Amino acid sequence: MPDGATPFVLDVKDLKTVFRTRGGEVHAVNDVSFTLKPGELLGVVGESGSGKSVTMMSLIRLLPMPPAEIRGGRVMFEGQDLAKVPEETMRAIRGARIGMVFQDPMTSLNPVFTVGYQLMEPLRKHMGMDKAAATTRAVELLELVGIPDARRRLGDYPHQFSGGMRQRVMIAIALACDPKVLIADEPTTALDVTIQAQILELIKDLRQKLGMAIVWITHDLGVIAGIADRVMVMYGGQVVEQAPVRELFANPQHPYTRMLLETVPHIKGARAEKLRVIQGQPPILAKAPESCPFMARCPQAFERCARQNPARYDVGNGHDAACFWDFKTGAPRDV
Amino acid sequence: MFDTSNAKKLVEVRDLKMHFPIRSGLLRRVTGAVKAVDGVSFDIFEGETLGLVGESGCGKSTCGRAVLRLYEPTGGSIKLDGEEIAHAPFDKLRRLRPKMQMVFQDPQASLNPRMTVAGIIGEPLSEHSDMTAQARLDRIYELMDAVGLNRDFANRYPHEFSGGQRQRIGIARALALNPKFIVCDEPIAALDVSIQAQVVNLLEDLQGKLGLTYLFISHDLSMVRHIADRVAVMYLGKVAELAPRDGLYDEPLHPYTQALLSAVPEPDPTLHDEANRIILQGDVPSPANPPEGCNFCTRCPKVMDICRRIDPEFREVKPGRFVACHLYAEDTNQTAANAAEPIGA
Repeated sequence: MPDGATPFVLDVKDLKTVFRTRGGEVHAVNDVSFTLKPGELLGVVGESGSGKSVTMMSLIRLLPMPPAEIRGGRVMFEGQDLAKVPEETMRAIRGARIGMVFQDPMTSLNPVFTVGYQLMEPLRKHMGMDKAAATTRAVELLELVGIPDARRRLGDYPHQFSGGMRQRVMIAIALACDPKVLIADEPTTALDVTIQAQILELIKDLRQKLGMAIVWITHDLGVIAGIADRVMVMYGGQVVEQAPVRELFANPQHPYTRMLLETVPHIKGARAEKLRVIQGQPPILAKAPESCPFMARCPQAFERCARQNPARYDVGNGHDAACFWDFKTGAPRDV
Repeated sequence: MFDTSNAKKLVEVRDLKMHFPIRSGLLRRVTGAVKAVDGVSFDIFEGETLGLVGESGCGKSTCGRAVLRLYEPTGGSIKLDGEEIAHAPFDKLRRLRPKMQMVFQDPQASLNPRMTVAGIIGEPLSEHSDMTAQARLDRIYELMDAVGLNRDFANRYPHEFSGGQRQRIGIARALALNPKFIVCDEPIAALDVSIQAQVVNLLEDLQGKLGLTYLFISHDLSMVRHIADRVAVMYLGKVAELAPRDGLYDEPLHPYTQALLSAVPEPDPTLHDEANRIILQGDVPSPANPPEGCNFCTRCPKVMDICRRIDPEFREVKPGRFVACHLYAEDTNQTAANAAEPIGA
């Protein structure tokens, strides 16, 4: 195994991130653990405020600190704990070994530099290429992500590209140094469906060609169903369920996931007269949770849920759920 | 499903045009126009929900705003309940305003942060009615009950509410004057999935109780399938297809509708394997410089020669189903021949 002991490219254990604000603390990420295998696409689903982006930003330490503070946990990547390495090491990893694509390509590209400059920057900084080599590589990258007339477009500014093309540029930049892991934070949310379909096809194609591991953050269950190998559902700063994609959609074991799947209308098949509603609001994470964060909205909740925050229980088939209720037996879990 | 056969037309839009001038040069002369809405016609029947879908920049929001005369339309006619409003003078328009209201996309931006909930919901009442303070307060409480807001929150400010609750405030304000017609402009786009269903169900309940008519503007095709009775699909300022909901989703006629529906990812991994997606190439052209002929001809997988020359007419090809596409022309060859003539001559 290339990394010695672990078969995972990324191994996150009990990550905890807290924001200290004037109004008090916000516990945005609470003991999140997950792993990523080489070449795997892990989908992370959750609503706004569920902690999905903050988790990923914490592990590459892209959060402003303060107010953010990583209060515990470890993030093993290529034999190092990213939670502890000095900022210099982190900077060499970020953008090189771990690539990133963000939601809004307009705000994440610098409007005053050409696309070529921004694409060549990581190549020259991280890979030490000279200008000629970087230009050649930049053209290759733009062609890889399907931008026609790549050589000429290197001299264009971001505003000269459409939204979908900008996101292709972002992907090209993220791939520039041949990263082992790509973190994509809602990369298609700002795009129209027909353009989203183009980008999803591109990602499928690139995965086959390059074989990197991807963490794909989204709130769209449809997108996840189409591209993920494995899915992690987050709620209230915690992982509430994790399973291979087919297993999760066919056999959800957490009440939140079950309701979420029922609440979205479908484009094909039977049409429900009324949408299933998840009553109430997501929790405010002012302190570390002592009870299940979904309790207040959960139809299955019983007395134990108020006393204790459930751990993630293995339910077989590589599937775990953080719930005291066992849907398979229809009774509380015996743990 | 909604029966249009003997329903009354509440809104009639004919050939609506909304062009925004492009000014350039030192003297800011008009040098062109963004044809945001370019010849749109549709009817909305009393008590139904017409879904208006399309991608960003297709003109769906502009269309919704123009229908309420929030813009001065460049051309065309809009009739609400038989009264022409597209070019109505201000005082007539003001008299008609209570009948037509709007729910906006971003509840954060559409609620005044310095007004209390009671102030926001009560503003249309003080503007358009001469209620006593007590009667107004009673009406505000009634509206808050109707949209599921706790009466105790009447004196709170918008920032104290969550996104879903803010959207309820916006809905209560729209309902204050007992309107007949409400334009809902992406009312759920800014909300989380679990909150979207709450707001959509509320809109449906209110429609049932109060007999409201909605123009529901959205880019979420799955949600429109849920809420709408009929659906209009817009592309680059024009309606490409207008059809009853089930017909449109089961058997889309226009190639753009087909591509749009096939691009929606379904939350079911098994469907993705079977899905035969139509991936459109390229991007939407600029509405300042639309292509000649059919405005979809640059991306259409079924494009023909005629499409690059002649803009297809928006016509009824089956009962209740309107399409603007040469594929459904009565006699494509005939039209093509006619079109070829002036070029040869």
